[in-house]
This record gives sequence, structure tokens and C-alpha cells, in this order.
Amino acid sequence: MSQKTDMKIPALPSGARESFLARFGIWIVAAIVLAGLPYVFSSGLSVSTMCMMGTMIIFALSYNMLLGQTGLLSFGHAVFFGLGGFLTAWAMNAVVGTASPVPLFLFPIMGGFTGLVFGIILGAVSTKRSGTAFAMITLGIAELVSSSALILRHFFGGEEGITLDRTDMVQVFGLSFGPQIQVYYLIAVWCLISVAAMYAITCTPFGRICNAVRDNPERVRFIGYNTQTVRFMAFSLSGLFAGIGGGLAAINFEIMNSAQMGVGESGAVILMTYIGGIGNFAGPIIGAVVVTYLQLMLSDVTDVWQLYFGLLFIGMVMYAPRGLAGLLALQQPLLQTRQFHRVAPYYVLALLPGLVAITGLSMVIEMTYQLAVKTAAGPAMAFFYVPFNANSPLPWIIAVILFAVGTWLFLRAARLAGDAYSEALAWRKLP
Amino acid sequence: MFEILFISTINGILYGMLLFLMASGLTVIFSMMGVLNLAHASFYMLGAFFGFEITQHMGFWAGLVFAPLIVAGIGMVVERYGLRHVHRHGHVAELLFTFGLTFVIQEVVEMVWGKLPVDYRVPASLDFSAFTVFATTYPAFKMFALLVSVVIFLALLLVIRRTRIGLIVQAALSHPDMVGMLGHNVDRIFMLVFGVGVALAAVAGVIAGPVLVTQSNMAGLLGPILFVVVVVGGLGSLGGAFVASLLIGLVQTYAVAFNISLADVFGSSPLTGNVAFYLDDLWNVTVAQIAPILPYLLLVLILIFRPRGLMGTNNR
Repeated sequence: MSQKTDMKIPALPSGARESFLARFGIWIVAAIVLAGLPYVFSSGLSVSTMCMMGTMIIFALSYNMLLGQTGLLSFGHAVFFGLGGFLTAWAMNAVVGTASPVPLFLFPIMGGFTGLVFGIILGAVSTKRSGTAFAMITLGIAELVSSSALILRHFFGGEEGITLDRTDMVQVFGLSFGPQIQVYYLIAVWCLISVAAMYAITCTPFGRICNAVRDNPERVRFIGYNTQTVRFMAFSLSGLFAGIGGGLAAINFEIMNSAQMGVGESGAVILMTYIGGIGNFAGPIIGAVVVTYLQLMLSDVTDVWQLYFGLLFIGMVMYAPRGLAGLLALQQPLLQTRQFHRVAPYYVLALLPGLVAITGLSMVIEMTYQLAVKTAAGPAMAFFYVPFNANSPLPWIIAVILFAVGTWLFLRAARLAGDAYSEALAWRKLP
Repeated sequence: MFEILFISTINGILYGMLLFLMASGLTVIFSMMGVLNLAHASFYMLGAFFGFEITQHMGFWAGLVFAPLIVAGIGMVVERYGLRHVHRHGHVAELLFTFGLTFVIQEVVEMVWGKLPVDYRVPASLDFSAFTVFATTYPAFKMFALLVSVVIFLALLLVIRRTRIGLIVQAALSHPDMVGMLGHNVDRIFMLVFGVGVALAAVAGVIAGPVLVTQSNMAGLLGPILFVVVVVGGLGSLGGAFVASLLIGLVQTYAVAFNISLADVFGSSPLTGNVAFYLDDLWNVTVAQIAPILPYLLLVLILIFRPRGLMGTNNR
């Protein structure tokens, strides 16, 4: 299961000290951006969307500690997210009414602690194997935990889940955490801390050994490391961060239910991480933001949004295995040498027929859905506000033509864009 | 008591054989291409739905023949234009490709047939009782399903052990390059094996559909158990898959039949206070209720005591 990913590994600290700004500049910029975002996107909907994105960024990055950095494909990562959330919720419900001095913003620690403990317990079992067997084991353990959740009704609250009230904690600095904006800043701070911590881990010798276990486990064993121990440590640590994400989600939604640690949630984090790109530290961040946004937007527009996600995911696996971040990283050498203008027209040229093909495909999907599932509504429907009858052959013919012609033109334009890309790269290498 | 035991044993063997029909295809595909087809249970679901649809128009027997053929065709297309393309991106990409396929197949099935169970009935020609034990009658269709799976199992064994095709397939398992040198088209063998593997799953779908519920979540319910079977049996071992299928089939059916809990055996819970509040559920839960999680418990136990599985040899 080794996989070559050309991850940009930061150089080991050399003798010369880096300047303060070079080292921490990006984090300061990130902090300023996080602080300023609610002023730009100030509506209630966008603030709560950003809250979700924040928890998902932590979750997706913690997942990438396994998949991207250690090469472990897990199908049960939501277990830690869910358990972290549940224990945070219970801890908060336990101190309500007592004179507990613990303010709300410290409770995600409980989630992280839970994630770490369960990461150690479950990691001890599952990291005995690697590769495909490891993937199957995580799937089994995820099923075990989520099925047990339906048996332990008192603890996991059955189907409805358990609720909590984040405003009931002791209030310091006048923060009640009632308004969503205060929760946003809570999540933003935790998000920044977690992202920085996870980035720091990739720079440690342990982070490097994880990469080595991913790329060449045999050689790692040969130089005297126990690969199982490395996998185990990576697994536990990623549980820790997933637990923090879960704790923040519990505080954000004020409810936890067992679906949040089920197979569906584990699948969602795989989609996010992979679509964003597993070979790059920023990939899962991009993926979490894009996928959360698409989820919210698409589920408003269409009922079969999960089908579009599945197709997008398969498309990424087949044609862009490095994800969105990988596609962006490919442009970097062109931008550096100011050659990007050579390829940009070709990208637009490929984008247009691509959009046409997608329109045709989604017309077919929506019409099938209208005829097969929404039979009660009749065949009359609208696509992009254009009303038509899904029973007549004309829209089907149009859809198929759009899809076929769009795909054909897209493939041709994509080949042209590829040629232009390598030409621009070659140009760079000339004097 | 004997009655319950007898009926449960037959049901367990039937369930186990159905699991093995799927696990065998999965195992052969895995040992050949090194990729575990996560969408295997989705092909089983497709088999059930195609079987239902063909039964509506042409009768059950046509469904039993054509549904697996259609699914085999879909499987070969997926292998030829999907998996083979992804292969160069490595094993993780292959696994993720089949994982994405489960999403798409599930959504397409929901789009075409809806989320509610479809009315897939036992055919009239097999809708009678095979025999009566004490007071319970046993449906003939279940005996038929058992017969079909045993016949396919024996046929598979014969083909692999005794024919030239089986010989080439076995050779391609261990030495694909050498088989290619000898003039066989290894790519085509892979494609055919993938097609046959998913067709077996589809057969299981067609005959399990009327007995179990044919619904768009059936792949999600059965898939994880299927993977437990192949890991417990030992990845890539056909014999192990057979033993594990029967074991899990029997364990699950017996568990459903015995409706007792710790509270029934030992009286009310000895725990008091706060702990009791949360853990009383554990004390009062019946064996029947935990039947769905038994395969996973078995998986964890096997991993602790025998990490390579019952009959596994390689540590891939």
C-alpha cells in the first residue's frame, strides 16, 4: 500500500536561524484572516457555515495524519470524532448546576482526551496489520462502535442523541457563547491551535518516520524502527485531534447523535480529505472548506446531491489523484516563472465544454430522478428555471447531445491544455 | 429446543452459503489483483434489483440467468475502464475507487427504485413448504437457495481445480508476468475474473432478494459483514472464507434464536448508582439484540489472538 506522493517537506532546521517572520508569518496571516472573515461574510448562515468548516478542517487534517502521512486508509475515523463529541457533551452536562470553575472554551480538551484514549485502545488492535487488512479492521471496529451505540441507549441517547446547553457554563471575560459569532471565534482559535500542532508534528522526526513508513516500511524496519509502533502512535495522535474536532462540533450544534460516528461520517471525511488532496498539508483544509460548502449548497438545489459527490470523488480518484491541492501545486512553477498566461487560455477553453458536459449529465440525472422517484409530482419539471416535460424525448436528446459533445470537446481541450502546460514548463527550463 | 436448533442450523448454513457466494468472488478478485473490491456488496444489491425487475417482466428463472449476466457486464466495464486506469495510482487509489463506486451505485439504485423496499416475492413455482419439523414448516425457496449456492460452490471448485481455465487463473494469481509470457492475455483474464466474481455476488442477490428485504440499504447492511468474513478467514484464502462464512452465518442465526440476557440468567443488575444508569443497558440486552455486532466482536477477537486470520498466510 505504499504510495508515492511528492509532499513538500519543509527543510530540516539548519544551523542558521530563520527570521521570525519567515517562520511564523504564515500563522500570523492565518490568524488575521480567521479574525477578519466574519466581517466579510457576516450573515448568520455564513457564520454557522464557517463554524462547520472549522470543525471539519480539524477532522480532515487529523484524518490526513493517517491517510496522507502514514499511508493508512481508515474507514472508521468518525468513531473518534463522535466519541469525543459525546464525552464532551456528557462532561458539560455533568458540571451544569455545580459550581464548576471550568469555562466552556476548555471543554474541547475533554474531546481530545477521549479521542486519544480510544485511539490508544482501538489502535492497539487495529494497527497490528497494515494495508488492506488495516482498512477492513477499521471498518469492522467502526461498525462495532456505532452498533453498540444503539444498544447503550442511555449513554448515546438512542436515535435522538443527547443535547447540551453551551451557555450554562461558568462565564469568564463576559463570554456567554450564546451568539454564534462567539462560537465562531472559539472554533477559530481551536482550529488554529490544532492546525499548527498538526503541522508541527509533520516537522518532527516522528512525522518523518511516518512518511517513511508510508513510502517504504521494509526499509524503516531495517534501520531499526518498529513500524507497528509508528502506526500505533500516528493512529492515537490522529484520534486526539479528531476528538477535539468532535468536541467542537458538540459545542457548535448543541446535540450529538450516534449517526455522527457512523460509517457515513467516516465516508464524508475520506471524501473531503481526498478531494482536497492527501499529498499536501493544505489539501485537507481546502477539501474541508470546499466539500462543506458544496454539501450545503447542493443539498439545497437537488435531492440527489450525494450522487454528484460520488461521481466527483470517482473523477478525482481517476484523473486527479493528488486532489485540488495537487492541481494547484502543479501551477506553482508556472506562476514563479511568470509563464501562467501561456496556459490560462487553454484552461478556460477546457472549462467551457466541461461545464456543458456536466449540464448534460445532471439533466439526465435530474430527469431520471423526476420520473422514477418523484412520480407523484408528474413529469413536468424545471432545470435551471427552464420548465419542460421529462416524458417527451426532446429534453433527453438535448441532454445526451450536450453530454456527448461536451465530453468530446473537453477531452480534446484537456489534451491541448496538457501540451501547453508541458511547453510552458519547458520554456521555463530554457536559459 | 431441538426444533429451534434444527431450523436455526439450516438457516445459518443458508446464510453462510450466501455469504460465501459473495466472499468467494471477493477473495479471488483480491488474490488476483491485490485489490479488495469494496463495492462487492453493491453488485450483490444490483443483482437483487435487476432480479426483481426482470422477474416482473419475464419471470424469476429469466431473472436468475440474466441479472448475473448484466451485472457481470457492468463489472467488466468497471474493471476495464475504471480499475485498470486507477491501478497505476497505487492500491490506496484502487480501494478508494471501489469505495466511491459504492456511493454511486447506492445513489443510482435509490434514484431508480426509491428508498422503500420493493415487492420482490418468492416465485409461485417455489412457494410451497419443503418439509415440516414438529410444527414448523420450512419454505421450499430457502432449500432451493441452499441448493443453488452449494451447486455453484461445487462447480467453482471443479473449474478451479480440474480445468485448464482454472489452471491459468491459478497461475495468474501467483505469476502474472510468466502467464503473460506464455501468450495468455492477463488483462483479459483479470477482466473475466472480475466479471465472474461480481456475477457470483449478483446470483446471491437474486436468490437472497425474496428471502431478505430488497432495499437500497441492503449493500450497506451486508458489506461490512462480508469484509469481516474475508479478514476472519484470512485475506486471499478461499478455504478460510468458506469456514468464516459458515461460522458467521451460524453465529448470527443462533444468536437471533436465543432471546436471553444477563439479567435473565443472573437476576437483576448488581450495579448501583451512576454506573448502573449507563451500564444497565448492557446487563439487560438480549443475545438476539447483540446479534448484529457479533461478527465485529469475532473480528476483534481473531485479531487479538490470530492477526493473520483463520487460514491466512500472507501478511499483506
